[in-house]
Amino acid sequence: MSDAAVNLSAGDAAQPASRFTRMMKRSLRRPELGSFGATIFVFLFFAVTAGNSGLFSALGIVNFLQVSAQLGILAAAVALLMIGGEFDLSLGSMIGFAGIVIGIAVTQFHLPIWLSVVIAFGVAILVGTANGMLVTRTRLPSFIVTLAGYFVLRGLSLATTRALTGRTQIPYITRNTTETAFVSLFGGKFGGPLFTWLGHMGWIGIKADGTPLVSGIPMSVAWWLGLTALATWILVKTEFGNWIYAVGGDAQAARNVGVPVGRVKILLFVGTACAATLFAVIQVLETGSADTLRGTQKEFESVIAAVIGGNLLTGGYGSAIGAMFGALIFGTVEMGIFYTGIDTDWFMVFLGLMVVLAVLFNNFIRRKATEAR
Amino acid sequence: MASPESAANPPLIELDGVGKSFGTVTALDGISIVVRHGEVHCLLGDNGAGKSTLIKILSGVHQPTAGTLRIDGAPTMLQSPREALDRGIAAVFQDLAMIPLMSITRNFFLGREPVLGRFLTRRIDMKRADAIVFSELANMGITVRDPQQAVGTLSGGERQCVAIARAVYHGARVLILDEPTSALGVHQASIVLRYIAQARARGIGVIFITHNINHAYPIGDVFTLLNRGRTHGTFRKSEITEAEVLDIMAGRRDLKSLQVDLDRLTAENAVRLH
Repeated sequence: MSDAAVNLSAGDAAQPASRFTRMMKRSLRRPELGSFGATIFVFLFFAVTAGNSGLFSALGIVNFLQVSAQLGILAAAVALLMIGGEFDLSLGSMIGFAGIVIGIAVTQFHLPIWLSVVIAFGVAILVGTANGMLVTRTRLPSFIVTLAGYFVLRGLSLATTRALTGRTQIPYITRNTTETAFVSLFGGKFGGPLFTWLGHMGWIGIKADGTPLVSGIPMSVAWWLGLTALATWILVKTEFGNWIYAVGGDAQAARNVGVPVGRVKILLFVGTACAATLFAVIQVLETGSADTLRGTQKEFESVIAAVIGGNLLTGGYGSAIGAMFGALIFGTVEMGIFYTGIDTDWFMVFLGLMVVLAVLFNNFIRRKATEAR
Repeated sequence: MASPESAANPPLIELDGVGKSFGTVTALDGISIVVRHGEVHCLLGDNGAGKSTLIKILSGVHQPTAGTLRIDGAPTMLQSPREALDRGIAAVFQDLAMIPLMSITRNFFLGREPVLGRFLTRRIDMKRADAIVFSELANMGITVRDPQQAVGTLSGGERQCVAIARAVYHGARVLILDEPTSALGVHQASIVLRYIAQARARGIGVIFITHNINHAYPIGDVFTLLNRGRTHGTFRKSEITEAEVLDIMAGRRDLKSLQVDLDRLTAENAVRLH
């Protein structure tokens, strides 16, 4: 009798834990847990303090989604790079540079917009490869290598634009274009009919002519969600994702089992440069102009979003979904402070404190994740 | 474990006069060892004896600057760890074996992930991977509640065992273990040693690098002693006792000859004084 009981319990211990407890335990160890909680907190906070200010009206929501989406596009790629254990400080300058490439190709060389965009992505692949090669070949910290790119690309943007146009801005890129479908793929809006219907039903504000105040959700939101889904798929499901974690967790150990460490890192740098270019394409095609100063500080803001999202500064741990929440918090707070009427200068103070909090929390989660159980 | 040096058991891997210099520094000089199926070959030596350089040559990290490396009798130059792995030579490194923040399954299949689907739907077959990890670890008496838990949650001995199980599962014919027991307590070390014996029973050739004779002697079949990049001879277990191995390792032969010299000098001095 007692023997049977012993055998039974021993048998149980040898089985994997039940599906439910396993899922619970896993979700508690997820890197994005903290940012998910913080997102809920931020929404509750502004629901109370800015509930009637219009932050959560259709227009307000589209506003903070747009800010979040643009940053989120960068944060998804930056999260992958950070998990891979590297930084890209040239990201913001790459945004400006890609915009200038498109602007010059269209206005100076009269190339079609689609071709100019393709050229910009080609340049991004070159820049990313150069960053990655320099980091993997010289074994210098990527912080230093990409700091060089930060200055070189910004300087190149300024110098070439001024030499070719005499100014530092390139306006009228999309004026009189016939490529409306291509332009609206990046700079357009989606969900128009839904908003028209919502306006009809009287659920959202409408203009005098009966069209809704908000005519659709910016395409950047679709790109943001799509890119986050892609990055998550890569991280969680593919071999390459496994290698990203390994390269950031312990490059030497990864190399010893045959992971092509250099190639993984180079591809991650190409990823951030391409995300910066996508950001630039969206901005250029939304506004119809390019500016050499576009993208300033984005290299830091995207790192902030990734860190708030639970990505470790030291690499090897994190998630793209976390980065999405990080970007959402960033956008919501930036717009929320504006709507509540607090002096927007306080936003930076908040950001700084948020980063410190997030890093402390991440370290705590990491310790939990490797604690013996 | 008798493994006759006959044609029936040809060498798996063979070093013939292998040397390695880094610039003007000679790390290894004239190393010759032979590893056969189902044999534990212990490499013993103090710090700086050249053990780690030797592992790196065997596992394809470094290329020798002198001598030849033969695999299955054919001279080979291993260009990378990947190539060594493909030839069935797997090294389990002392502290670099596992990535603590990654799950057991992800570590187990790192670089050799089982995949499903093609092109855009190509993905890791995580279900199968989990099942394999669970049964492989259960086979050697390690029960994990969840193969998706981080390797950092395992004890040092368990980590070494997972690393060894990984190498064996992925088809290692030669297993190079770098100080697998040195950071472990007695109980943990015995788990690892038992697993090494299991690997040997499966016919795997094991190169066991250590400076701990207490761990090496019970399990070793052949002992090669390294000192300052040179071999001090290779002995089968029947040819040498644990004490003798210790003697050579601790340099007690040097001390004995010193004693002889001193005695002679004293005797000569005594003669002169009279």
